[in-house]
Amino acid sequence: MMNTNVPSTWEEFTEGLWERNPIFVMVLGMCPTMAVTVSAINSISMGLATTFVLAASCWLVSLLRHAIPKEVRIASYIGIIATFVTVTDYAIQALSLSLYEALGAYIQLIVANCLVLGRAEAHAAKVSPWPATVNATGMGLGFTLGLTMIGGVREILGNGTFFGLSLFGEHFQPWVVMVLPPGGFFVMGGWLLVFALWRARKARLAAASAEGVQHGA
Amino acid sequence: MNTPNSAQQATPTGAMIKALGLVSAVCGLIIVGSYQGTLSAVADNKRIALERAVFKVIPHAKTVSEFYALPGARIEPVKAGDPPAGAVKFYAAYDENNALAGIAAEAAAKGYADIVRVLFGYSPECQCITGIGVVSMRETPGIGDKILIDKDFLANFKELDVKLNADLSALANEVKTVKHGSKTQPWQIDAIAGATVTSRAVGRGINDSAQALLPRLVPNLEQLRTKP
Amino acid sequence: MSSKMTPTVEIRSAPHVKAPRSVEQIMRNVVYSLLPVCAFFIFQYGISAAALLIVVTGACLLTERFFLATGTQAGRLADWSATITGILLALSLPPGFPLWMGFVAGAVAIALGKAIFGGIGFNVFNPALVGRAFVQAAFPTAIATYTPSFLPGRFSEFVPSSLAMPLMMPADVSVWLHERQLDALAGATPLAKWKFEGVLANAVDLLTSLSGHMAVGPAPLLILLCGAYLAARRFLDWRIPASILGSATALALVLYSINPEHYPNPLFMLFSGGLIIGAIYMATDMVSSPVTPRGMVLYGVLIGVLTVVIRYYSGLPEGVMYAILIGNASMPLIERISQPTPFGKGVFNRQKRPASFTLDPDFIAPEITRAPTRTSRFSRKKDGADA
Repeated sequence: MMNTNVPSTWEEFTEGLWERNPIFVMVLGMCPTMAVTVSAINSISMGLATTFVLAASCWLVSLLRHAIPKEVRIASYIGIIATFVTVTDYAIQALSLSLYEALGAYIQLIVANCLVLGRAEAHAAKVSPWPATVNATGMGLGFTLGLTMIGGVREILGNGTFFGLSLFGEHFQPWVVMVLPPGGFFVMGGWLLVFALWRARKARLAAASAEGVQHGA
Repeated sequence: MNTPNSAQQATPTGAMIKALGLVSAVCGLIIVGSYQGTLSAVADNKRIALERAVFKVIPHAKTVSEFYALPGARIEPVKAGDPPAGAVKFYAAYDENNALAGIAAEAAAKGYADIVRVLFGYSPECQCITGIGVVSMRETPGIGDKILIDKDFLANFKELDVKLNADLSALANEVKTVKHGSKTQPWQIDAIAGATVTSRAVGRGINDSAQALLPRLVPNLEQLRTKP
Repeated sequence: MSSKMTPTVEIRSAPHVKAPRSVEQIMRNVVYSLLPVCAFFIFQYGISAAALLIVVTGACLLTERFFLATGTQAGRLADWSATITGILLALSLPPGFPLWMGFVAGAVAIALGKAIFGGIGFNVFNPALVGRAFVQAAFPTAIATYTPSFLPGRFSEFVPSSLAMPLMMPADVSVWLHERQLDALAGATPLAKWKFEGVLANAVDLLTSLSGHMAVGPAPLLILLCGAYLAARRFLDWRIPASILGSATALALVLYSINPEHYPNPLFMLFSGGLIIGAIYMATDMVSSPVTPRGMVLYGVLIGVLTVVIRYYSGLPEGVMYAILIGNASMPLIERISQPTPFGKGVFNRQKRPASFTLDPDFIAPEITRAPTRTSRFSRKKDGADA
């Protein structure tokens, strides 16, 4: 029953970053994904806030994993997550009120982000604090990356800017739909399509090269 | 290791309560700690945001005090805790000589997408609204959000008439949003062509707020003349 | 006799159509019938309209080619379906629509309206309308900016908004119109003029679209004639356009008779905006409209009523596009409730059953599995218990 294939720290970190990206592969946490990604700066702030909550709660869950009986684990995890969401909430209010207003209720809603509870339950409760935190940070940064990829496209098309920098001058025609909720779905779907085409191409190339090796041998 | 055997063993009640108590204690400590740590920064931020909003609608203002206008035409400064029943909050702005520069209050009404909240500045001298600033709105970009930038629309609020009637019980003329290009009276708001719903929301919000606030405020203006 | 080689027998289910009628043939005929409409559209609006038709159709074909090449969608480029989408989309856009936005509309129409569902025969919505709905949401100002027809010099000069640089805002057409001594209102569609200014256009002018300086789309009369050709050759079912136009007129007539001051006359309703082209070419898309005769009528009535309701009671001047999209969305439900009764089954012992059958491994055929039908067995038992 012993897991002989212990992943290295680097593997733990990169798992969420790309291989199992929370947004594009696991498709978790869609509520903030659609709601706050109207600009790149909002996306990155939301992603970092989630990363902090994810890493901190996974660390604490992992630290307390022997003390928490499984009957009360969900209540405990939710309590821990809610704590760090509250901390994030205060921290963002203290840092910038305008950012706090832009993100709105979605800061508090991190508590209901299935990514956070999912990682605490599926990963952090089973491993020691160091890999749990590293893995959660990777997942959070993967989430941030996904949000920023969506938010960047929406901001470029919907506003003509990227991180507030004007890209096309003042005569840019904004695509109104991109800053409305449907735009989130369009851009998300567009990225998924790009990745699907890319994966299909990779599989085709791999199959072709495998065939080539066989024929060559 | 989670062997099937250990999974079947029931956890004693005491252990569960202890675990939950431990989690609550840890969480409680963290929350209270972070609340205390950020309290002053949050309060500072809120004050700066309020001042920035008020100074935008009332030029010459240097400081802001918050007040409640209570039923029965009374006013009192805002204290910590819940507002008294039926209170309307407003802000009195003072210039560098501590003389009253103007009054600001919030107005809100349902727009096209969500509630549109604006802060308007009121000048007791001309009994008119002297400027508005949008606090929050989620109107359609490119259409409804013209209320932020449309010069003709904002010009409506340079001197929007909100005089009270003779017995100071209500506005003499209701603030009303009219179709683009048909403004004839100083208490009318010329709507933005194509963004009528949002323009109307601003007008309705200002009207409701002025109707609620001004009859209570105007009789007490003397009390506000100098900074308390 | 028996020693002779027997020819291959192909077993097919009904219907046994005598004349072979391929998808390609139908689509090609629709394109032919659209050519006069396109020609008149270009005659009305000049080279801007011609360029728009070419760019939008080109965008559709390029996108179709891309998705065919990646293997994500069925069909062939030569089946003409992308061409129809492109032409219909271009005809539904304002003639001075910026060409780069037209390109976006065409690409979105095929990608979002067709490719993601699996290509020809699988689309839930009419692809042209999906493209139009997208640009309507993305560029609400540009899509509401029409230019008057029969302007002098329309064959030598583009409408300035057409040639906007990609991603850039189009030039202000009202300035350009002003230079030609036309007020900005000349650019408003008859529906917008009625909705926002209370000006009613003459129905005959709308029908022929021959009077100058009116910002109407393609001519309704010509579309009706071309539609009649398609209906006569059975390339479209007359029930859908007839019930759309009939129900829209009927509802408009009822409202007009109640309050003629407030509501426009039914003929104005019928010939303004995109109702005719929508009813004849867009709602009749074979994939996204019902196949049952009663379903077609129901579908048409739904679209007609929705069009009038959106035009009269919403903030938008035109409602055909959304009405047809809603009609497309409800098509499976309409087909479900409008299944025809098989011959021999009366009205009285008709069974309430879903139109589709579950994927049961024991499933053979509906007639065999239901040898003693469920209702009759149930009622017999009940009779026995009573006795």
